[in-house]
Amino acid sequence: MKKSVFIGALTAAGLMAGAAAAGTLDDVKERGKLNCGVTTGLVGFAAPDANGEWKGFDVAVCRAVAAAVLGDASAVEFVPTTGKTRFTALASGEIDMLSRVTTWTFSRDVDLKFDFAGVAYYDGQGFMVPKDLGVSSAKELDGATVCVQTGTTTELNLADFFRANNISYEPVPVETNAEGQQQYVAGACDVYTTDASGLAATRAAFENPGDHVILPEIISKEPLGPLVRHGDNDWGDVVRWTLNALITAEELGVTSANVGEMASGTQNPEVARLLGTEGELGAMLGLDADWAKRAIETQGNYSEIFATNIGEETPIGLARGLNAQWTDGGLLYSPPFR
Amino acid sequence: MSDTHSESVRFVRETSLPPAEPPVAERGIYKWGRENLFATPANGALTIVALYVIYLVLSGTLPWLFNGLWTTNSLSECREVLDGRTGGCFSVLTERWNQLIFGFKYPPDQYWRPMLAFVMMLLAVAPVLFFDLPRKMLIITALFPFTAYWLIWGGTILVPLVALLGVVVGYIVYSRLVTQNFALGFFGGVAAAIVFWVFGGWIVDSIGVANPMLEAVPSRDMGGFMLNMMLGVTCVSLSLPIGIALALGRQSSMPLIKWMSVIFIEFIRGVPLITLLFVANVMLAYFFPPGSGVDLFLRVVIMITMFSAAYIAEVIRGGLAALPKGQYEAADSLGLDYAQAMRLIILPQALKISIPGIVNIAVGLFKDTTLVSVISMFDLIGMIRGPILASTEWNGVYWELFGFAAALFFVVCYGISQYSQWLERRLATDHR
Amino acid sequence: MTTLTDPPGSTFRLSMLLNDTRYRSTTLQVIAFILLMSAIFYLYSNLATNLREAGLNISFAFLGTPAGYDINQTLIEYTSQSSNLRAAFVGILNTLLVAFLACIMATIFGVIAGVLRLSKNWLVRKLMAVYVEIFRNIPVLIWILIIYALMTIASPSPRAFRGDDATASMILDGAAITNRGVYVPGPFFTRGIGGEDGSVINWLLVIAVLIGSFVVTRMVTARANATQEATGVRPNTLWTNLAIWFVPIIVLLFILGLAWDIPELKGFNFSGGLKVGAPLIALWFALSIYTGAFIAENVRAGIQAVSKGQTEAAAALGLRPGRVMSLVVLPQALRVIVPPLISQYLNITKNSSLAILVGYADITATLGGITLNQTGRAIECVLLLMAFYLAASLIISAVMNVYNNSMKLKER
Repeated sequence: MKKSVFIGALTAAGLMAGAAAAGTLDDVKERGKLNCGVTTGLVGFAAPDANGEWKGFDVAVCRAVAAAVLGDASAVEFVPTTGKTRFTALASGEIDMLSRVTTWTFSRDVDLKFDFAGVAYYDGQGFMVPKDLGVSSAKELDGATVCVQTGTTTELNLADFFRANNISYEPVPVETNAEGQQQYVAGACDVYTTDASGLAATRAAFENPGDHVILPEIISKEPLGPLVRHGDNDWGDVVRWTLNALITAEELGVTSANVGEMASGTQNPEVARLLGTEGELGAMLGLDADWAKRAIETQGNYSEIFATNIGEETPIGLARGLNAQWTDGGLLYSPPFR
Repeated sequence: MSDTHSESVRFVRETSLPPAEPPVAERGIYKWGRENLFATPANGALTIVALYVIYLVLSGTLPWLFNGLWTTNSLSECREVLDGRTGGCFSVLTERWNQLIFGFKYPPDQYWRPMLAFVMMLLAVAPVLFFDLPRKMLIITALFPFTAYWLIWGGTILVPLVALLGVVVGYIVYSRLVTQNFALGFFGGVAAAIVFWVFGGWIVDSIGVANPMLEAVPSRDMGGFMLNMMLGVTCVSLSLPIGIALALGRQSSMPLIKWMSVIFIEFIRGVPLITLLFVANVMLAYFFPPGSGVDLFLRVVIMITMFSAAYIAEVIRGGLAALPKGQYEAADSLGLDYAQAMRLIILPQALKISIPGIVNIAVGLFKDTTLVSVISMFDLIGMIRGPILASTEWNGVYWELFGFAAALFFVVCYGISQYSQWLERRLATDHR
Repeated sequence: MTTLTDPPGSTFRLSMLLNDTRYRSTTLQVIAFILLMSAIFYLYSNLATNLREAGLNISFAFLGTPAGYDINQTLIEYTSQSSNLRAAFVGILNTLLVAFLACIMATIFGVIAGVLRLSKNWLVRKLMAVYVEIFRNIPVLIWILIIYALMTIASPSPRAFRGDDATASMILDGAAITNRGVYVPGPFFTRGIGGEDGSVINWLLVIAVLIGSFVVTRMVTARANATQEATGVRPNTLWTNLAIWFVPIIVLLFILGLAWDIPELKGFNFSGGLKVGAPLIALWFALSIYTGAFIAENVRAGIQAVSKGQTEAAAALGLRPGRVMSLVVLPQALRVIVPPLISQYLNITKNSSLAILVGYADITATLGGITLNQTGRAIECVLLLMAFYLAASLIISAVMNVYNNSMKLKER
């Protein structure tokens, strides 16, 4: 329900249907808003706070893209999606990008025709059990009742893990993380399984976090990242390189605090290229020269985003782990800006 | 003879005694109690069981209700204050009141707009529901959709204005042409309105008002009980005309139109609403031209309207079938054509018979608007299951929230069904 | 409906298409047909364009690929390596199971509440009115959530049964109510035919014997009736019938070696016995008690539709109130009750799709939920889902209509 009268819009849109196949980048610029799909609520990654403002790691990625493309980090329309609706929402053009703790898998990339713009967070699936069960390994879970979020890769990994180890379990499908937490606390399931980051967040919210242990086994690789429609490469590039800009900024020591002075006077040619004082990188993307500078200015670099939303200072309390820069022994490795 | 007799009787009562009180067991509360509660042993046993059930329910809920806290800021704080006593943490309702009613994204400084729209709705609905009110109030009803749209969604006033003018233009064309032929008038009116809308929409778009009087609010920012109300009111009112058309179509003598109506009605009635919502959610977007911007709210309105139209059509078909055949024949014998007969004779009577049924459908539909929470819309239930139960402050408050939702729906639905019963008595023109 | 025809005109004018009753209906139908076709074409072309742009296609091949996920309640054999189609069948059976159970339970609730609403007992009458009004006026979705919360939060978890300081204990040492479900002793055969896998045959045998007993008792009753007609004396059939019902089945169960498998706390959960899962119970109970309120109103209306003279006549014949209800009033009321009852049964079947809220693996949760999520085949899954419900609704209403026709007053 935009400005136009509905009928008018339908007719006009029907007439323009043929011509409307322009790129997402142009659409977003014309609209002046970025439609970004997020979860319906996962604290730390994307959840509305008490004022209805969306906060979280995934949200920051959306805002960074909006800042880069539109120059305004608040020009984002957040569309809450469930596991069921996220792919249709993206495929049908209701949203321009999906930043919703979505695992990069072969079939999603190839069969569902999406493009993953990179990995924003390296995760893996783990198990949490109450300490008094006396379980120390996931292989001792024979016959257990397991709460699992339905419609996720978690559900498939779980089936694979138990089948591979030839032990049995009983799944309790839940719709949301909150529901899973409630079932687990009430003892309706012995084990709660989801991404290790989610487990940490859930455990942090308990009254006595020490009563619950996260088992050592990480049973899957869960590279989570933003994704766009397949075939719209210009737009895919914008999202991919905005993400890379955040990662590179951390590597080069550019933060939201010093990005202004770095831009005005820097000796490092890569910083200059990143911040648009040298070279034509912005123009190549179809953006202006300050695109990355704005993204970093408003959202901070990768480490700032991580620290404010899910880092050790927050209730979620995640360590960088795999998500440290490659120079610190992690997996974050952005291609060079040149 | 008589003398002796009169002498043998020493005292003759000349006035009758006041009647004695019935025995205690035959009067007052005893009699009532014996007849209504302990008529037979089995009946007495039932009474005792019923009393026990009432005791169980009340002893469970009353302390919870009266010990409840209304002012704490989180569940843990509430539990601390309660300190092991039974009591509800109703403070979740006061703290999240705005979220429960308006959803979590409607701009707080604009809450007066939906509230005003709600008051207007009461005014607009009143003349439809109560026939004794002055007919002039129907003007409010006619203007309500446009003003309510503008109030709730905001943006430029030109949009509802163009929509309203389109209806006016359509009506003028209709009233000019209807003198010749109803069908001509009807289709001419519709066509005129559509043409006006298209051009009006185009003009509004090209003007592109920069500074609207009311801040525009996108429909995905709507939520809470407001969303249930919006869906319920919009879909019921939209589905009435469609339902009438479908019912007439199903009765039609033209086989093609009849079968189209039958297939539509039976298909919709055969599938659960939730699958239709899935269609709205994951399928319908593919059926619109790319970039047409038909958002989830509108798609859901389309599907729920189709759903309720099919059910209303069946109710009205019942009303049409209940009319005596003589009415149809009388209309024919007066020389009325189909449109006239329907408009002047058949439909007024058939609709009157169907009103209670239609109200039942409306109540059912209003209850069913809670299903949109399954497709990630934040209606009242969606708010409870999503943002509120997921928040760290209120994780674990079930009974207070679900009790509140249940109470809210009960008040509205019970009210409507009482109205329907009143109306049924009121409309009962057969003197029994 | 218009029987007038205009006198045949000599020339044809275009306006006659609309004004002449001979052509009008054809004209309108042609217009309707064109509109319908163009709407279909418009929607279809949009669909094709959108799919082409997104690079997608419509294909049902995903039905044959392994589903990859596990289901907690399966009536047929199923593993995570079974196909999506099989997962859908598991869902269909679960849907039918919960719908069937809820229909029975809702009828029981409804008949009891409906009869009690007309009770002479004021308190009971009012209590039933409160039940009906409360349940009818609150969405079924809220009831499902409330009852599921009751099941999972208010019942003890299996952990509470463990150890010396267990806070919960089993009922009669045979059944346990936990927040994961209710465990009851399950029957099995120690000398069954065909060992482990032959258990289905054993149960079929039991059912066959029961059906046989039923047929034979009907024959005995029929003969008793005939004897009564002929001689006026009714032979006592009670003992014969009881013997026919019980002797063969007891003998069969003894031969097969019936034994009870008692549930027992092992590891994380109870094992052995029969388990009725918490989602099934919650959904079953919520649907029954909600629909029961509607059925109660139908039953009340049906009973009130039976004229008072019938009750009085039955009382004059000396029937006791209970017999009046069961022999005279209810059979007549049934004719009024059954048609709305059918639509309530349909509602239960359709409302069972809300299973998704409690994690019950019905067709909406398997095909329309997990399979849809995992394969991303939204259009195909939703179409199949609707096709199933449509077929189920049509079949139920067809069967019920046959029954309804057989119940109709036979006017001779």
